[in-house]
Amino acid sequence: MSESFDPARWRPAPLLPATEARDGGLVFVVTVLCFLACLTALGVIAADRAARGWSGQLAGEATVIVRAKAGETPDAAAARAAETLAGVTGVVEARALEKEKAYDLVRPWLGDIADLEDLPVPRLVAITLDPRAPPNAEMLDKALKAQGLDAVVDDHSVWIKDIRRAADTVRWAGAAIFLLIAAAAGYVIAFATRAGLAARRDVVEVLHLSGADDGYIARLFQIRFAQLAAVAGLIGAVTAGIVGAALRLAGGGQGLTPALPVAWIDLLAVVPCPLLAAVVATVVAHRTALHLIRALQ
Amino acid sequence: MSRNPDISAASSANEDVVRFDNVSLRYGRGPEVLRGLSFALRPGSFHFITGPSGAGKSSLLKLVYLGARASGGGIRLFGQDLARLTADQRPAVRRRIGVVFQDLLLLDHLSAFDNAALPLRIRGARASEYRSDVAELLAWVGLGARMHAMPATLAGGEKQRLAIARAVVNRPDILLADEPTGNVDPDMALRIYRLFVELNRLGATVLIATHDQDMVARSGRPALHLDGGALTVRAPQGAAP
Repeated sequence: MSESFDPARWRPAPLLPATEARDGGLVFVVTVLCFLACLTALGVIAADRAARGWSGQLAGEATVIVRAKAGETPDAAAARAAETLAGVTGVVEARALEKEKAYDLVRPWLGDIADLEDLPVPRLVAITLDPRAPPNAEMLDKALKAQGLDAVVDDHSVWIKDIRRAADTVRWAGAAIFLLIAAAAGYVIAFATRAGLAARRDVVEVLHLSGADDGYIARLFQIRFAQLAAVAGLIGAVTAGIVGAALRLAGGGQGLTPALPVAWIDLLAVVPCPLLAAVVATVVAHRTALHLIRALQ
Repeated sequence: MSRNPDISAASSANEDVVRFDNVSLRYGRGPEVLRGLSFALRPGSFHFITGPSGAGKSSLLKLVYLGARASGGGIRLFGQDLARLTADQRPAVRRRIGVVFQDLLLLDHLSAFDNAALPLRIRGARASEYRSDVAELLAWVGLGARMHAMPATLAGGEKQRLAIARAVVNRPDILLADEPTGNVDPDMALRIYRLFVELNRLGATVLIATHDQDMVARSGRPALHLDGGALTVRAPQGAAP
């Protein structure tokens, strides 16, 4: 009763009811959307890392296929090619691979036949290139021809282009999915703002007639939905972070699979989620509320 | 027109707090609720609006508190032409008007204290600046022991007084009340009326829509009588109670 009410200690109550029954549903939906957005971000980062790793590996290596000419054994031709390539600027190491490696490459087609060693199987020379100034295939080819060697240089450029294209596709697809999810979250918040305004039309009317301007009323809804979205974003981000950590732990140093390596630092990608969710909610709720309040007049 | 100096169609527009010139109102494409209303209220005046149900009393008040837009004619408040006010300017005009709505429009999730303090919050005042004023006002309207109560727990007369407290807390230049004594007993009606008189003495221009002909007769105040959407001005009928 009155004895327990001390005006001196009074603090203004929120002008919108503190909790609404439908808030739980909104938080759940936005949480799911934020979770999916965070997982998408983690997936894109991991895919990008994988692509960089593969293209980096391929760019730092080249393979030369050496065919022996008449009067020269395949092993001798391979040794000579390795020696020639080692002298080219930008080649860190050139190593003639054992003949077993060459046989391993053709065995799937020819089978495990006994006289395989009698076949004129080309030898392979593996080259490690200086990543800062790698020679191109033309330079390597020129050096080999200068020594009269019959060889084909594969600098993996075809593969690198494919991997880069695939990585770009993954990046753009990830960004598109992320934007779609953000748009869905914005739409859900706009829908909730409309419902909130419709349900609290009495509050809007009283505030309006008491002299509150449109921006003042819109800010009430904006703050309400920004807080809800921030909470939802936090729950979604934490959940996605836990899933990301589980993927990292499940796959050891390479993440769940070497194809999609998740690093601990990737988990930082989920940190901005609550803020982003709140910003999206702020913008959408403010615009929606302002539009609806003006329509009410 | 009346000879009452507070009501004059010929008075200077700049001196009038409220001025209606040939004002009409219709909602949507419906029939005219009000037509050809012309009157002006001087600062510090006190008037009733009388008339049968459906005569347009509430609609007239709505036009004054900017709850509706006239479909014809011109309205000036505080010397400003409402038709020329921008959306950004209207809230400032509203803040100079206190309204006791017929259905009170109390916010059910706020305490009596929060409801009464609402216009001050909207004005941007800090809680520390108005706490004691709101408490004093609530005590003055007889709600000193119910400051923390939620509207749903208040009796009809208490809600009415809370709505009045909210309407006057901002010291408005115009105080409008729509059937403020409609749901209270005669004693409470008299108390509420005396409250309005006191506020009028403090400088507010008061306009009360009411069915209570006895109160109008006993008040000795002029009345704007509406019937069939048209207005006639009735001079004071008796002495103030």
